[in-house]
Amino acid sequence: MSPDRPQELRPRIPAQTHPPLTTDVVVTGHLARRGQPLVPRIGRTVWSTLVGIGIVISHAWSSRDTVQYPEEMTYLPPRYRGRIVLSRDPEGEERCVACYLCSAACPVDCIALQATTDETGRRYPEWFRINFSRCIFCGFCEDACPTYAIQLTPDVEMSEYERPNMVYEKEDLLISGPGKYHTHDFYRVAGLAIGGKGKGEAENEAPPRDVRDLLP
Amino acid sequence: MSALLSAGALVAVTAWYWQLLTVLLVLIAVLTIAAGLIWYERRLLSLVQDRYGPNRVGPLGLLQVLADTFKILFKEDWTPPFSDRRVFVVAPSLVLVTALLSFMVVPVAEGWVVIDLNVGLLFILAMSSLAVYSVVLAGWSSHSKYSLIGGLRAAAQMVSYEVFMGLSLIGVVTLAGSFNLSDIVAAQQRSIYYVFPQFIGFVVFLVAGFAETRRIPFDLVEAESELVAGYHTEYSGMKFGLFMVGEYVAITLVSALIVTLFFGGWLGPWLPGVVWFLIKTLLFITLFIIVRGTFPRLRYDQLMALGWKAMLPLSLLNLLITGAIVVAGAG
Repeated sequence: MSPDRPQELRPRIPAQTHPPLTTDVVVTGHLARRGQPLVPRIGRTVWSTLVGIGIVISHAWSSRDTVQYPEEMTYLPPRYRGRIVLSRDPEGEERCVACYLCSAACPVDCIALQATTDETGRRYPEWFRINFSRCIFCGFCEDACPTYAIQLTPDVEMSEYERPNMVYEKEDLLISGPGKYHTHDFYRVAGLAIGGKGKGEAENEAPPRDVRDLLP
Repeated sequence: MSALLSAGALVAVTAWYWQLLTVLLVLIAVLTIAAGLIWYERRLLSLVQDRYGPNRVGPLGLLQVLADTFKILFKEDWTPPFSDRRVFVVAPSLVLVTALLSFMVVPVAEGWVVIDLNVGLLFILAMSSLAVYSVVLAGWSSHSKYSLIGGLRAAAQMVSYEVFMGLSLIGVVTLAGSFNLSDIVAAQQRSIYYVFPQFIGFVVFLVAGFAETRRIPFDLVEAESELVAGYHTEYSGMKFGLFMVGEYVAITLVSALIVTLFFGGWLGPWLPGVVWFLIKTLLFITLFIIVRGTFPRLRYDQLMALGWKAMLPLSLLNLLITGAIVVAGAG
C-alpha cells in the first residue's frame, strides 16, 4: 500500500462542530457569598450550624436501622445463596445422578463425590462431601446441576468452633424434600430406563424411535 | 509520742490526709469519667446516627468499657524498630499527664480543689501547650509519613489556637480580677454567670476547646480518612490507649473549664455543688459528642483562616469591649 494515498484508504472525517462550551461555572460555598455583606453571611453560617445540630439531635428519636441479629433476623429471599443442600424428587428418591458437573464447576474445588449405581441401574453418589470452609457460595454448582439436585438455601448460620466440622457429608447435605423445585423429577423427562420404567415411558417422554424406519 | 500527737501536728496530719484524699478522689473520678466517656460517646453517637451502639456487654453495654480496657491491655504493645524509641515511649504519657495535672486547679465544689493555685488559669494554659508536645513528638518519633504530617498539623494548629484560646479567657479574668478558678466561680456568685457578659469569649473558647482536644471539626491531626490515624498511626496497645484516655480526659477538662469559667462551676440551687458541677460538665461533654456527629472536618487552610481571620479578631474585640466596660465601671 503506497503511503502517498492515505485519503483514499481512510476518508477524512470532517471535524465535528459542537456548540461552544458553556462558561457558566456554578459557584457554590463561600466563593458564591464572597461579595455579599458580612453580617448576613455570618448569620446564615451560625443559623445553618445550629440547624445542623438540631437535625442531628432529632435523629435520636427516629427508628433504628440496626437489626439486632441473634434476636432479630433479616429477611433472606428464597433464592439467597446460603447453605448447600441435596434435594429429593417428589417421589422421595435422591435427585443427584452423580454426574460430577457441580464438582467440575466449583471454582474452589470444595465438592467431592463418588458415583455408583443401584441394582436398577440408577446412578447416585456413594458419598458426597462439601467442604464449607472453602465454599464461596457462588452458586455455580446449582447452575451446573442438570437435575436440580444441588441447591443453595437461605441459611447462613453455619459457624463452627472446629474447622473439621465445616466438612459436610452426604447425610448432612441430603434433605427430605424437593427444595425450590417442587414437581421436577429428572427421570420423568430424561428418557432413561431405570428400574420400574422403560425407556420413553414417562409422561414427558416420547417412545424411542426405531432409527431404521427413517431410512429411505 | 505525746509530741507527735500534739494538736498542731494532728491538724497538719489531718490536712495532709484530706489533701491526699482529694487527690485520689479527683484522680479516680476523672479517670472513671474518661473511661465512661468511651461508652457514652459510642452510645450517644449511635443514638443520633440511628444505631444502637454497644449494648451487649452488661446492662446497656456499660461493661463494654471493661471489655475494651482488657482488650487493649492484652494487645501486643509494639514499638516499631524504625522509631525513635525513647521519645516514642514518652510521648503518649505526656498527653495524659498534662491533662490530669490541669485538673489539679479545677474546683469541683466550694473548697474542693487539689491545689488552690493563684495562677490556676495560666497553669492550665501552660499544661495545654505542653500537651501539644506529646502529639508533635509522637508524630516525629514514629518515623512514618502519616504520623509526621499529623504532628506537623498539630504544631500549626497549636500556633493558631493557643493565641486566641488565651485571649478569650482574659475577659473572664478581667471581670473576676483573678486567675484563681475558685475566685472566678466566687465572682460569678456575686454577679451573674459569665456566659452572659462574656458570650463572645465563651464562643471563642468553645471553638478553641474543640481545637485543643483535636476533635471534629478540628481533628485534622488524626484525620482518619487521609492520614490513617495521624500522629498515633504507629501506636498500639496501651500506648494508643493512653492517647485515647488522654483525649477523653481533655474533653472532660475543657468541659469542666467552660463550666467553671462561664457557667458558674458548682453554683446552682437545691443540689450539692459537686452534682451541679457534674451535670453541667456532662452537658458540655454531650455537646462535644453531638458536634462530632454533626460537622465535617475543616480543611487545613480553612482552619487557619478561621483561627487568624475570625477567632483572633473576635477575641481581641471582646477583650476591648470588656476592658472598656470594666474601666468605665471603675471610673
